[in-house]
Amino acid sequence: MTATPAKTGPVTSVARNRTVRQYVARVLFAVLMTLVGVLFALPMVWLVLAPFDATPTLSLEWPDWTLDNFARLAENPYALRSIGNSLILGVGTMVIVVGLGALAAYAMSRIRIPGRDGILYALLLLSSIVTGTAAMVPTFQIITQLGLINNYVGVLLVLAGGILPTVIFILKDFMDSIPKSYEESARLYGAGPFRILRDVVAPIARPGLAFISIWTIVQVWGNFLVPFILLRSPDLQPAAVLMYTFYTESGQADLRLISTFALLFSAPVLIIYFVVNRRYGFRFHGGIKS
Amino acid sequence: MAGITATQLVKEYPGGVRGVDEVDVEIRDGEFFALLGPSGCGKTTLLRSIAGLEAITSGSLVIGDRDVTNAEPGVRGVAMVFQDYALFPHMDVGDNIAYPLRIKRVKRDERRGTAAKVADGLSLQGLIERRPGQLSGGQQQRVALARAVATRPDVLLLDEPLSNLDARLRLEARTFLKELQRDLGVTTVFVTHDQAEALALADRIAVMRAGKLQQIGTPREVFQRPNNTFVAGFIGSNPMNLLPAQVRESRLAVGDATVSLPPGTEQLVREGQDVVWGIRPEYVRWVTAEEAGAIPAEVSVVENLGASVLIVVNAGDRKLQVAVPEDQEPAPGDRGWIVPQLSKTLLFDAETTERIG
Repeated sequence: MTATPAKTGPVTSVARNRTVRQYVARVLFAVLMTLVGVLFALPMVWLVLAPFDATPTLSLEWPDWTLDNFARLAENPYALRSIGNSLILGVGTMVIVVGLGALAAYAMSRIRIPGRDGILYALLLLSSIVTGTAAMVPTFQIITQLGLINNYVGVLLVLAGGILPTVIFILKDFMDSIPKSYEESARLYGAGPFRILRDVVAPIARPGLAFISIWTIVQVWGNFLVPFILLRSPDLQPAAVLMYTFYTESGQADLRLISTFALLFSAPVLIIYFVVNRRYGFRFHGGIKS
Repeated sequence: MAGITATQLVKEYPGGVRGVDEVDVEIRDGEFFALLGPSGCGKTTLLRSIAGLEAITSGSLVIGDRDVTNAEPGVRGVAMVFQDYALFPHMDVGDNIAYPLRIKRVKRDERRGTAAKVADGLSLQGLIERRPGQLSGGQQQRVALARAVATRPDVLLLDEPLSNLDARLRLEARTFLKELQRDLGVTTVFVTHDQAEALALADRIAVMRAGKLQQIGTPREVFQRPNNTFVAGFIGSNPMNLLPAQVRESRLAVGDATVSLPPGTEQLVREGQDVVWGIRPEYVRWVTAEEAGAIPAEVSVVENLGASVLIVVNAGDRKLQVAVPEDQEPAPGDRGWIVPQLSKTLLFDAETTERIG
């Protein structure tokens, strides 16, 4: 006991030194992270401020507040329609992808096929080619042969084909985690496969389906290449392609239109996300087995 | 209500492994029937074959007076409670119980009414609106039972019904199951690896091993007259002592000691035959003074079982288990004698392991 007071002096000063060093390290870390954060936030701030600036430039500055840009955008005959077109393409692809993806993933999850995982991985790898640049010429030729150029059916087919493998891959994982006894139980009461999918599997895989829906819409919303190549008429173009046409007469990018349109362009995706998240929620009902 | 008849039932998996191997079994109408065996013996496969969840490779299956060998599960009139209960987590208790009725396109009000009635019968009042995740294990089991009996099935199948409950709840649930089965009078087949559970619940028990039936009989029959050494060792809370022995001059040489042949087996064995001598630990007495038919032995291990004590004794080079009342508990190292109750001893063929007598 007598040795304790003698020892506390150096111990506490060492401890104090350590706390000071920790404190400084944390402050430095916070400052660094703030700088990185600001760097990432700058484009977002530009996205929000530039549309309200009478003369937006590529640099970030306090706007000369005005709503003229929105009025000008409303005068453009294609701008609002293109947002609608994007919605049609996004929702259309989503319906195809979620419908077919759920069926395929369920089958893939429950039926034993030799080399099943190999098939899935191969599809996943190949899918990045379908919507990618490399396959654009053959894709264009196929769609031309099918007579589906300048037709939403063609765009939907190509987009859905490119997205489906990833969707099947993700959904299969969700369905693998659903205990088989749920379905067997339903089967014993006389439910067929579609009935089981609807009553048991789909509700339990709902968070997965909700995620896939949003993800698909976001993918289609931002896709430029496929609709750009397969659609001809300006009044069919989705927003991502239309933005490409906003130039002034002198060939300069029209930043007033582009910034305003960009803000409008990003809004629906955010709204969809919040609505779906509220409506379906990313909850997961696990199995009960203790 | 219906009986179940399986004839030469085989379930073969790809690769030639037989989960169920030429099983013949007749389960009577209204019977509480147990399929008992160690894990991997095919008892669950047999149950699932009856349910129709496994395709039968060969043989036939009749439920009631209908051949359902290749029938879809939904038309067999069977209901099943799974080991994990398989309650749908996204439906409340009422919807879970009423789900079979929903498939049969019964109207919603009628469905909820039936569900409430069945739930009342299984003391689930006030839980109708809950989700399965909010229930205790015992409640979940009763919901699963309620869902199974809501459609008034001909046959009720239970896969390890008590294994997910804790020990105390299990005894309660056991009584509850037995009452429920008697009240409904429904033909019930349940699978278990716990011999005590099978003895306590079942009217008759089928003991299985490696896909094959070993014995079918009442709990008393399989306990007292096991068909072979496997059943003898599997049934009973303390496994039967099974000691290799040889017939010598109408007596039995067990190691260094000799004992009398079990009554009535004198004509069934021949001189010099290798046999297995079986006696349950409960039918052996431990005595400290020599008497007729006693074998000298030394205590090596003492296990306390509460009201009784299980001791392991060395008699010559053989080891035996003996159940001793608590007030006669010996200490390890004690020497004494063991006295088998002759009328309870059994004799098995050493080669075929079948019971001789």
